[in-house]
Parts: sequence; C-alpha cells; structure tokens
Amino acid sequence: MISGKGGTGKTSLTASFAMLGGEDVVVADCDVDAADMHLLLKPEIHKSEDFFSGQTAKIDQNLCNQCGKCAEVCRFDAIPFEDEKYIVSPLDCEGCGYCSLICPTEAITMEDQNVGKWNVSKTKAGNTLVHARLNIGAENSGKLVAKVKNEAKRIAEQDKLDWILVDGSPGVGCPVVSSLAGASFVILVTEPTVSGIHDLIRVYKLVKKFNIRAGCIINKYDLNIEKTKEILDFLKEEKIVHLANLPYDESFVEAMSQGETIVEYDDGELNAILTKSWDTIKQILN
Amino acid sequence: MKIAIASGKGGTGKTTLSTNLSTLIAETHEVVLSDLDVEEPNSGLFIKGLLLHREDKFKMIPEWVEDKCTLCGECQNNCNYHAVLQLGPMIMVFPELCHSCYACSELCPEDALPMVPYKIGELKHFKKGNLSFVESRLDIGEEQAVPLIAQTNKFIDEHFSEDVIKIYDAPPGTSCPVIEATKKVDFVILVTEPTPFGLHDLQLAVETMRELKKEFGVVVNRYGIGNDDVLSYCERESIPVIAKIPNSREIAVLYSRGSLIYPEIPEFKEQLMKVKEYIFNIKEGVLI
Repeated sequence: MISGKGGTGKTSLTASFAMLGGEDVVVADCDVDAADMHLLLKPEIHKSEDFFSGQTAKIDQNLCNQCGKCAEVCRFDAIPFEDEKYIVSPLDCEGCGYCSLICPTEAITMEDQNVGKWNVSKTKAGNTLVHARLNIGAENSGKLVAKVKNEAKRIAEQDKLDWILVDGSPGVGCPVVSSLAGASFVILVTEPTVSGIHDLIRVYKLVKKFNIRAGCIINKYDLNIEKTKEILDFLKEEKIVHLANLPYDESFVEAMSQGETIVEYDDGELNAILTKSWDTIKQILN
Repeated sequence: MKIAIASGKGGTGKTTLSTNLSTLIAETHEVVLSDLDVEEPNSGLFIKGLLLHREDKFKMIPEWVEDKCTLCGECQNNCNYHAVLQLGPMIMVFPELCHSCYACSELCPEDALPMVPYKIGELKHFKKGNLSFVESRLDIGEEQAVPLIAQTNKFIDEHFSEDVIKIYDAPPGTSCPVIEATKKVDFVILVTEPTPFGLHDLQLAVETMRELKKEFGVVVNRYGIGNDDVLSYCERESIPVIAKIPNSREIAVLYSRGSLIYPEIPEFKEQLMKVKEYIFNIKEGVLI
C-alpha cells in the first residue's frame, strides 16, 4: 500500500485489511519513519532486535594531531573544529569513511550505527505484525524497510501463509523503492485533490519501473467529484484496477481515536466497501 | 530569518500552511517559499507565479576511465556504499548508491575515476509580487532526496539576503531528508492533527527537533476532530501551540481544487494571522 502523498489513509486501510485477512496474512509496517500501525492493531511484542546499518566516524583525541585533513576531505561538513579539537557531528556524518582512510595517525575509526529496532508481534487480529522504529535522525536508507519486509516474508514462508500486507511510506525515494521491491500487487491510496493526483501520477511512474500490477482506492471521493473523475480517467488510461471509492467520513478519525480499525468501528457502508475491496484483491491475485 | 514547516506524519497540512502563510506575508513583506519535499513537491500547485529560472540539478559521481585503470581494486575497497564494484576486467558505478564522498576518486592512484555530474532533479524559481517560490523535484527512480535538498538550500542562500523571510515546506518523517531540510533554520513549526496518529508522530518530530536543538512550536490542524491529547501533551511539555486551524469540509474542498484558503475563510485567516504574528515576534527578538 503506497500513496505518494502522506495522510491519504494508507495505514487505516492497511490495518482494516489486516483485520479482514486475520490469521491468513502477515503485516509489515514499512513506514519506519513514522510507524503508526501498532496504534490500531495493538500488537503484543514477542521479539525485538536492534538494527545496525551504516557507520559513523569517531575520532580518538589522544591520537589526533589536529592536522585537519579529515575536515578537509569531508564532503558533508561533518567534522567541525570546536573547542580546540576536531569532532564528528553524528547527524551530518554519512559514514563514507574517507576521513578514516586518510588520517595519518589512524585516529579515526568507523563504528557500526544502531539505526533502530525491529519487532515481531501478534496483533489483535491474530496475525503477525513486523514493525520497526527508526532512531531519530537516522538514515532511512531503505535497509530497515527491507529488513522488516524480508522478516515478514520469512514468517509467511515458515507459517505457509499466502499474504503479506505492506504499509509503505509517503514519497518516491529509497524507503518507497524498498517497500515496492518484490511486491506482486500495489494498492495505491489517493484522494481527489490536486496534491493527491499529482503525487499519484509521480508514484505510479515508479511502480511502472518495477512492472507491478496496481489497483487504486480513492479515499474521500465525494470531496471533489471532478477530481475523482480525473483520477478514474487516469486509472483507465494506465489500466489500474479501480478497487473502491470511499466517502469523506469522520468515522476514520473516530475509529482511530478509539484505537480501532474502520472495519471494527463501522458495520455499515465503509465496512461493506472495504470487505468487498479485500475480496476483489484476493480474487485478482488468485 | 528561516522558518521550516514540518511534521512527523504526512498529510497534516504542511503545504496548506506554507502556501497560505507565504502568500499572506507577501501582502506586506518580501518572502521566499521553498518546497523541500523534493520527492512529492506540492506547493507549486497552489502558487502560480512567473517562471524566472530553471536549472537541472546534479550530484557528483565517479566515472570510470578504462585507459587509465590498472584494476588495483582500491576504489571498491574505499567505497562504503557498494556504489563502485570491480567485476572482472571492469569497474561498475551504481549512481543511485553513490553519496558523492569522493573517496574512490581522490584516492585512485591512477586518476581513473574523475567525478562527473549526474542529474538527479530540477529546480525552478517563480515570482509573484513579493513572493518568490523555489521548487526542486527529484527525478523518478532517484532514491536520495538529501543532495537535492542541500542544493536547494544553497540556491536560496545565494540568491536571497539574510533578512528576507524564508519559509521551507519540509518533507514528512523524522529521518535524513527532514534533518537536511531543518538543520539550518531559526524556527520550526510542527503541524499536526488532534488524532492518535497525529500525536504519535508529533512526539517523534518533537524528539527530532530537540536532538537538533531547534526552537519549535506547534500548529494544530483540523482542530475539533479526535481528542485533546495533542493539546495536553503540548502543555505538559511546555511546547507553544501557535494556532488551531478548525476542521472544516469547506477548507478540504478548497484545498482539493488547489485554491488558497485564507481569502475565502475568515476563521482560517484568523489563525493564520496568529502564525504570522508569532513569526514576526521571533524576527524582532521578542520570543527567542
């Protein structure tokens, strides 16, 4: 599930499909920057591990002769001279290791960076959720996303489950590329706004590069019927399956405020539309 | 004077606030709005100005010069990103993995890997009255937003004087693109919604800003939905709540069309004025 634009309802919808899929699915929250799925699925954590990716330079002040070569070669301005010494600014350091390669006194070492944690949990829907938390300011190179997704895949294979639901992040950069890699089907969640359409078109260009079949859910379709028509035209042109139109409905927020998915909170129209969409998705992939 | 508009969660109203605020300030002052959400830049959909300038943006990557190369393998050993690989009798460069650190190039004993520009996106500069609008967009398929954000910041620093008010529409999240977009600003406005997702991601954004040692305040958007947890959190943490933008379907409809909100909705303008005043107070040193 991806959207290009943030806040279109990816997580609420993924959580609903997770409820509908129950024990048949493994859920992967790949929006490791701002992971919210746990707020709806109330997971009980069974396993939690640190994740290391990339490196940061560290200067041993006892060995440093203050020649300044490290600061000179650093393209990221990550080695300022402060209080009479060269120090590494961890938020600026990109871990290239150039400084450590040229330091004449071997005062610089590269240390593996703990960028976050990943967890395996059981949710209230009875399925397994793999989720992660990226440390503040850590590089979201897509590697933690890949870890979450691969762990979900491993669990699905081990438990002989056919479905993995991946909640992606907004944008078109490395975390999104990492969420898309290996998917059999992409669900695009959009809204009928100028931003929603603009971002849908951009992110679909990325999907096309991966050659993955796609379906689309238009959230808040009745907010702007004209824009909804524009989206429908786009879907037709690109042969994207139109999965559903969801109305502008404050139940989304009300459900969230109660820590519930929409299919738990609502037993009327929204529930019916989402149940039908989930069945359609399963049919397409079977 | 540099103000970033950021949020942990996407879709909370960063672009709505950035575009409306910049246009309102431009009624009386010179202002620059810069869209640093280079993966999905949207501000330009709301601001139609005159295109003054357009340029391609590049990052530097190594290019293999076969004739000079002795296949010693140093470059491959020196690259921490696996962006340079030796495959049999050739050196392969993977541009999307390269961070432009220059290690492979400058440490090559034969000068066989000179750095060359590689296109990652484009920058446009528009003008409409007092408002300058600078937008960068990443080419689809390019994965690294950070170099393009850094170059956009550089463009702004080189083209506008210090005392011009600069508003930066930041990307969502809490990782490297947000750090790059906010690290040099004077103040950060975090936009959130009064919902559990909004609160959770606000807490992450607050941690990020504290890590960066930034001054920041909160604007609550869609005020009236959800619950009061965001407000009590701000109070507990002594975070200033600068404005509360009411939840309204009318605002959502205007937004969907690509229209500015404050000329149409007085309640919105009232809150926007609070943000403007807050910024001017900071500028005049009243608050910091």
